[in-house]
Amino acid sequence: MNILRNAKCSRQLFARSALMAASLVGVSLYGASVTHAADPVRIGIVELQLSNPFFGKLQQAAVDAAKKHGFETMTAEATVAGDSATQIAAIENMINRQVKGIVVDPANAYALIPVVKKARDAGIFVVTTNTSMDPATSADASYETDNLEAGVLIGKWAKARLGSTAARIAMLDYDLSDKTAKARHDGFLKGFGIDDQSPEIAGTALTMGNVETGQTAMESLLSAHADINVIYTINEPAAQGAFLAIRQAKANVLITSIDGSCSGVRSVADGTIGATVMQFPTKMGEMAVDALAKAIGGGEKPSGVNNSGTILITDHPADGVESKDSKWGLQNCWGE
Amino acid sequence: MPEPELASTAAGSDAGAAAAGPVPAVASVWSGSTLRELFSYPITGPLFALVVIVLVFSLTTSTFLNAGNLSLILQQSVVVGTLALGQTLVILVSGIDLANGAIMVLATVVIGSYAAHGDPVTALLLGLVVCVAAASLNGLAVTRFRLPPFIATLGMFTILTAAARLYSQSRSFPINSDLITVLGTGPSIGTITITYGSMLWIVLTIVLGYALTQSAWGVRVYAIGNSPIAARLNGINVNAMIFGVYGLAGVFYAFGAWQALGRTPIADPSGYQIANLDSITAVVIGGTSLFGGRGGVAGTFVGALIVVVLKNGLTQAGIDSLYQQIATGFLVMLAVGVDQFLGRGRRA
Repeated sequence: MNILRNAKCSRQLFARSALMAASLVGVSLYGASVTHAADPVRIGIVELQLSNPFFGKLQQAAVDAAKKHGFETMTAEATVAGDSATQIAAIENMINRQVKGIVVDPANAYALIPVVKKARDAGIFVVTTNTSMDPATSADASYETDNLEAGVLIGKWAKARLGSTAARIAMLDYDLSDKTAKARHDGFLKGFGIDDQSPEIAGTALTMGNVETGQTAMESLLSAHADINVIYTINEPAAQGAFLAIRQAKANVLITSIDGSCSGVRSVADGTIGATVMQFPTKMGEMAVDALAKAIGGGEKPSGVNNSGTILITDHPADGVESKDSKWGLQNCWGE
Repeated sequence: MPEPELASTAAGSDAGAAAAGPVPAVASVWSGSTLRELFSYPITGPLFALVVIVLVFSLTTSTFLNAGNLSLILQQSVVVGTLALGQTLVILVSGIDLANGAIMVLATVVIGSYAAHGDPVTALLLGLVVCVAAASLNGLAVTRFRLPPFIATLGMFTILTAAARLYSQSRSFPINSDLITVLGTGPSIGTITITYGSMLWIVLTIVLGYALTQSAWGVRVYAIGNSPIAARLNGINVNAMIFGVYGLAGVFYAFGAWQALGRTPIADPSGYQIANLDSITAVVIGGTSLFGGRGGVAGTFVGALIVVVLKNGLTQAGIDSLYQQIATGFLVMLAVGVDQFLGRGRRA
């Protein structure tokens, strides 16, 4: 996939050099103003590491939406989680290339503030996807999953499913300095009606959001607290890892998660995961680019923090919590 | 006087590996305290640390010291422990391998994707080929192209991490073959399960420990680590030996890949991101010198257990996992500090 993109990049580069050569000729013949008028509207799309299919889907949706609006796109992406340096350099390049708008998925809520300010001072509209800046008003608007709400949904679901049984909860987190991870964690507790100090919490562990670390963390937690009966997991791979530990320990545990990847929804369908919350990367990318198009066209400027949707996916619906089944989930999921 | 020094080094590690045996000649050179003599065995420090850590967790956490949890710790150690065997070999010849986790992960996705439609034995053999080929490339870069091992393997680490993602298109492959996941199973009594993977790790440690301490090849490995120039003057083909050591480490990474798929029957390109650092930590905490020529696989075995016991115990004790990283960091620095101290003593 990367190779394809590189080929496309070099084609674009060639096209751009040709365009530049043409405009140079243009400048010498007619003067700068003529060529500027012929320049296509260009927008920048800055993503997080594309090794995660979620961000790949989001970028693809944004590029497709830009094409629909007749925009030319410049894309860039962070190489690893938290890599804001690459993103800052990319946005600086985009300012130089005089893009009209930028869609960015910030690797860090603070680190990008100065460069985004520079872009907006240059008259460029900047919107964020997936997560917002801190404060959110540093950019024009954001289009993201309401992760707190996502957490609340699985918290409520777990509480309802458990009924009168006393809860023994394990929290399988990702680094809580990450805004998304913190919102999901807090949302789950809120939905369940408890807080970090509540005695219902048997233990917490840090995972890296993958199968292997989810498994090891859950093994250690179950070894200490065999009575755990509910777990929150940061994402579906961690949940799948936790399931391996639970199966080996022959424990009976309600597993909740968040993401809505196709692999995760399949785990809901086969009973591994009790409930997960789906996010909608495609919608996120489309909403962001549509908002930019409106503003670039002289219409309404984008503003606020806009929820791109959260839907609980489970085959065991609980009273008072709206949900869809895994069949619907499989038709609307993202990634593999 | 290279000859006697070679002999004494090999003897020292022999005693260390067996954690018994005659006092090595090198120790008698020091007329210091018995405590210092005791700590001249590379394995004494790590064993002491492991005992202290286990004692602390046993006293503070009621669920830590039971047979079920101890067998779990063994299971949680096998992947890093097996990788660390290869890492020990590389570090003994004054090298380092930052790519071993990435090599293993690439092998797991190759095995997983092939086994989805193909024969599991062929899949495992393909994994072995991937590991030995990639590890030999490391060896080639270090010996033929004279790259510093740190740089050569850092490059390979980056390349192979991306290669695994590209090859798998960031998908993970569930494993359904009993043969590929066999190492995660094993006889169990109640809550205790001794997996075949745990047994394999112990057997591999003994075999490699034996080869390092009892064979002429082992003596050469230590000789190169102590002084490549002296080794060359003694007629050892240093480059060929180092190349072979890197390639052989690849065999252990292949076992690591098999272990990983036994523990977690999903080949996941995003797994084991810091297994390279964990394996180095295990080797260093286990008393093997980063300067080469000193230490052995028995220490590494204990080192891997220490890394995992810390994770397991601190999670059980309900302590923030960031403190676990701080504790591991301090142990690494302590281990290297002790090594420096003893190294100076030996040269004096």
